[in-house]
Amino acid sequence: MYDSIIIGAGVSGCACARELSRYSANILVVEKEEDVCCGTSKANSAIVHAGYDAAHGSLMARLNVEGSRRMPALAKELDFAYEQCGSLVVCLSEEDRPALEKLYENGVANGVEGLRIIERDELVLMEPNIADSAVAALWAPTGGIVCPFGLTFALAENAAKNGVAFRFDTKVTGLHPIKGGWAVETDGGTLEARCIVNAAGVYADTLHNLADAAHPMKITARRGDYFLLDHTAGQHVRHTVFQLPGKYGKGVLVTPTVHGNLLVGPTAIDVDDKEATATTAAGLDEVRTKSGLAVKDIPLRQTITSFAGLRAHEARHDFFIGEIAPGFVDCAAIESPGLSSAPAIGAMVAGIVRDSLHLKEKADFDPTRKGILDPKTLDFAARAELIRQNPAYGQIICRCESVTEGEIIDAIRRTPGARSLDGVKRRTRAGMGRCQAGFCSPRVMEILSRELGVDQSEITKSGGGSKIIVGTNKDTL
Amino acid sequence: MNNADLVIIGGGPAGLAAAVAARKSGVQDILILERDNELGGILNQCIHNGFGLHTFKEELTGPEYAARFIDQVRELDIAYKLNTMVLDLAADKTVTAMNKTDGLFQLHPKAVILAMGCRERPRGALNIPGYRPAGIFTAGTAQRLVNMEGYLPGRRVVILGSGDIGLIMARRMTLEGAKVLCVAELMPYSGGLKRNIVQCLDDFGIPLKLSHTVVDIQGKERVTGITLAQVENGRPIPGTEEHYDCDTLLLSCGLLPENELSRAAGVELSPVTGGPAVNESLETNLPGVFAAGNVLHVHDLVDYVSEEAAAAGTHAAAFILGSEPPAGRILPVHCTNGVRYTVPTTIRPDCAGDTVTLRFRVGGVYKNKKIAVYCGESCIYSRKRPVLAPGEMETVRLKADLLRSGDAVTVTLEEG
Repeated sequence: MYDSIIIGAGVSGCACARELSRYSANILVVEKEEDVCCGTSKANSAIVHAGYDAAHGSLMARLNVEGSRRMPALAKELDFAYEQCGSLVVCLSEEDRPALEKLYENGVANGVEGLRIIERDELVLMEPNIADSAVAALWAPTGGIVCPFGLTFALAENAAKNGVAFRFDTKVTGLHPIKGGWAVETDGGTLEARCIVNAAGVYADTLHNLADAAHPMKITARRGDYFLLDHTAGQHVRHTVFQLPGKYGKGVLVTPTVHGNLLVGPTAIDVDDKEATATTAAGLDEVRTKSGLAVKDIPLRQTITSFAGLRAHEARHDFFIGEIAPGFVDCAAIESPGLSSAPAIGAMVAGIVRDSLHLKEKADFDPTRKGILDPKTLDFAARAELIRQNPAYGQIICRCESVTEGEIIDAIRRTPGARSLDGVKRRTRAGMGRCQAGFCSPRVMEILSRELGVDQSEITKSGGGSKIIVGTNKDTL
Repeated sequence: MNNADLVIIGGGPAGLAAAVAARKSGVQDILILERDNELGGILNQCIHNGFGLHTFKEELTGPEYAARFIDQVRELDIAYKLNTMVLDLAADKTVTAMNKTDGLFQLHPKAVILAMGCRERPRGALNIPGYRPAGIFTAGTAQRLVNMEGYLPGRRVVILGSGDIGLIMARRMTLEGAKVLCVAELMPYSGGLKRNIVQCLDDFGIPLKLSHTVVDIQGKERVTGITLAQVENGRPIPGTEEHYDCDTLLLSCGLLPENELSRAAGVELSPVTGGPAVNESLETNLPGVFAAGNVLHVHDLVDYVSEEAAAAGTHAAAFILGSEPPAGRILPVHCTNGVRYTVPTTIRPDCAGDTVTLRFRVGGVYKNKKIAVYCGESCIYSRKRPVLAPGEMETVRLKADLLRSGDAVTVTLEEG
C-alpha cells in the first residue's frame, strides 16, 4: 500500500508530488496520458498572474498571490524558464475607469505588491503598440511569464529525484474506501493508498463524486483557443497585456512568452466533451477580432500554430482544496490562475496530507533540479568545450529552435523522460518553431527509436494511438 | 580551421552550382557547409524524373541531377562539410557553424553565397481548425519518410494544396499502396506545373478540387477524417461541407524561403518573396553576400536554380578577385499589373555584362497577354504569352545596351 497516490500529472499533481516528496512516504503519481503535462497544463496562457484579479477573501486569491511570490525562487531552485515581465490591464474607456480602480483595490487587499494605475502617456512609453483608445492601465510589476511545460517537468523530475514514482498510460476507472485507505481501480490493475490526492483536472469532479457522493461537484471544461506567433513577432508587446472587461466587451490577452514568441488568446467556450481540445473556426475568429482591442497591429500573419486548452471550471469559481473524506484530498477546480498558484497549491495539499498521515520530513530531501542544458545560453568557448566533451551537442536536429541531439538525448534519458515527439518537443522545443516539426520529426523519430530501443514504426506523436507512420512502402500491394 | 575565401551556405542544387561556377571563375578556396549527411539537398528525396530537361537535355531523377553537380564539385576538388549547421552569419560575413567533428567554429570569408533553400508552410500557419493529431504532414516531410526511409505515413490520404510537391506525393503515395482521395486547392487554379497535374493526378484518376479547403480535422490521436468546404473570396461557403474518412492529411500549401540567417545578418528581404532583395549580380544589400535558388525566391524548375546559382557564383568570384566594374547608375525594377515581384529588384547596367536575366511570377492566371519591359518610357522587351500562371516562373533576358538611358525598369503585363 502506498502512503499516497496522486491522480493526475498536471502542474497541480506534480506540485503536490514535489512538495510531498519532502516527507518520508511512499508516493505514486498515476496519469492516464503517456507523460506529465498533457492536459490543461500544456495549453494555457503561460503566465504568472500577479493576483489582483481573484476575489478578495477567496482561496484562489490567497494561493495566487502566494504562488506568484514563490515562483522566482522556485524557478532558480528547479531551473525552469520564468521572467517577471510585469502585466498591464488596459482600460479602453473613461466609463470603465471605476472598474479599473476596483481592480486596483482588490489587488491591494489581496496583498499584491507594487500595483499602480498608470495614465496613457506612461502606458504608451511602456507599450508603443497599445491601442489608440487606451486611457489608463493597472500596472502589476510582479506579473510574469513562465514555461508551463518547464515548470511541470521541473516539479515532476524533482519529485522523482526524491523518490516519487510515476505510472503513465494508467486511467483511474473506480475508487472505493478500504481499511486504512482507498483502493484505486485502474485499467492497469488495482492500487491501494492510505491517502489519495485528486488532481485530475477536468475529471476531478468524477473522482470527487466517487469519494463524496453526498456533496457532488460539477466541473465544466471551458475551452480557450490561442494563436502562437513566431519569434519575429515576440517583441510586439513587452509585458502581458490584458484588457479590462467593459464597454468593448471582454478581450483576450497578448503576451510575450519566455521563449520569445507572442501568444494571443484565449476564448472561453464551455464544452460538454472533456477531450474537446479542437480549435474551431469561430473560436479562432473570435481571438482574431478581440486581439486588436487593447493592442494594435498584431502581426497575426506570423502565426506558427493555433491550439486550444480546457480549463477546469467550477460554478463557484474558486479552487477546491481539502480533505473531503478521511484520506481523500481534493485538489480540484484548479482553473486559471492554477499555473500561477501551483507552488502554493502543492504546499497546501502536501500540508494536508502530511497532517492526515503524520508524515515526517526527510533529512535527505534535495530541493534542486538542473534543467536540460541549452547550449545557446553558453558563450562561444563554453559551447565549443561542451561539443568537445559530447559531440552530440554539435549536431542540430531542430533548425528553427536550434535544438541539438545532445538536448534531445538528455530529455529522453531523464525521469520521467520523453517517449514521444511531443514529449521531446515540450522538454527541448524541438518541433516548437516556425516549421512546426516538418524538418525535425523524422530525425527525432530516429533518436527516440535508438534511445528507447523500439522500432521507428512504434514512435508516437503523443502516446496511445498517435503513431506517426502506419507501415512500409508497398506493404499492401 | 581553414579560412575559405568563399563560404556557401547550403549544399543543395543552388550551393553546388554556385560552387562549381565560382571555381571555374578562379576562386581557389571555397567551402560548402551542408546541414544534412550528404550533398544534394532536397533533390535527394525527389526520386521522380523530370529534372534537367533544360540543363542536360534529358530526363533525370532528383538524385541523378544532383549527382551531375556533386561529381563536378569532387572533380574540381571543392571542399565541403556535411552535418554542419550554420548558427549565425554576421554583417561582416563572419560565419559561425558547428558539427560533431570540428565542434563550434568561425570563418571569415571574403564572400558568402546564401543557398539555404526554402521550407514548407506548416498546418499552424494555415489556421486550419480542429484537433492536432498525428497524421498531418507537410508533403515534403512525407516525401522524406517514403522516399528516403521507406515508411508509409498513411493509407487514406487527402492532400491540401496543389503545389508541385503535393502533386508528386499524390502519385507517390498511390504507387506505394495508399489511397489518395483528392487534392483540394484553396485557389481557383493550381499552384503546380501543368505537367504534374496531368502526370500525377489525371493519370491516376485523383480528383483536383479547386476553390476548396479543409475546414475541420477530426481524430484526437491519429487523423480519422477531415472536412472540406468550397471557398468563395477566401471564406468557406456554409452548406458545402464534405466529409472524408482518412488517416492522413498532406499539406502542400506553399514554400517559404529560409532566411533566418539572412535576417539576423541584416540582409534586406522582399516582403513579397521572403527572399533577399538583390541586384543584377544577385548581391544583397550586404556587399559580398550573394543569394541564389529557393532562398532567394521559390523556383518551379531546378534547372533555373542551377542557372541562377551559377550566376551568383560567377559574380561572387568577381567580387573576391576584385574584377567587378565600378557600380555606376542603379536602376530600380518595378513590377505592376499582375507581376508580383522581380528578381533582381535593382540593376546596375555597368555591372550587367551583355544581358540581364529577370525572373518573376504572376499573381493569377492570365490568358493572351504579353510581357512588356520598359526602361524609362521606352519599351525594351515584349513577348506574347498565351497563358501565364502563378505556378510557373517567367524568365526575361534583357540586352544591357538597352538600359543605357532611363531611370527605372518596369515589368508589366499588357493585352496581347
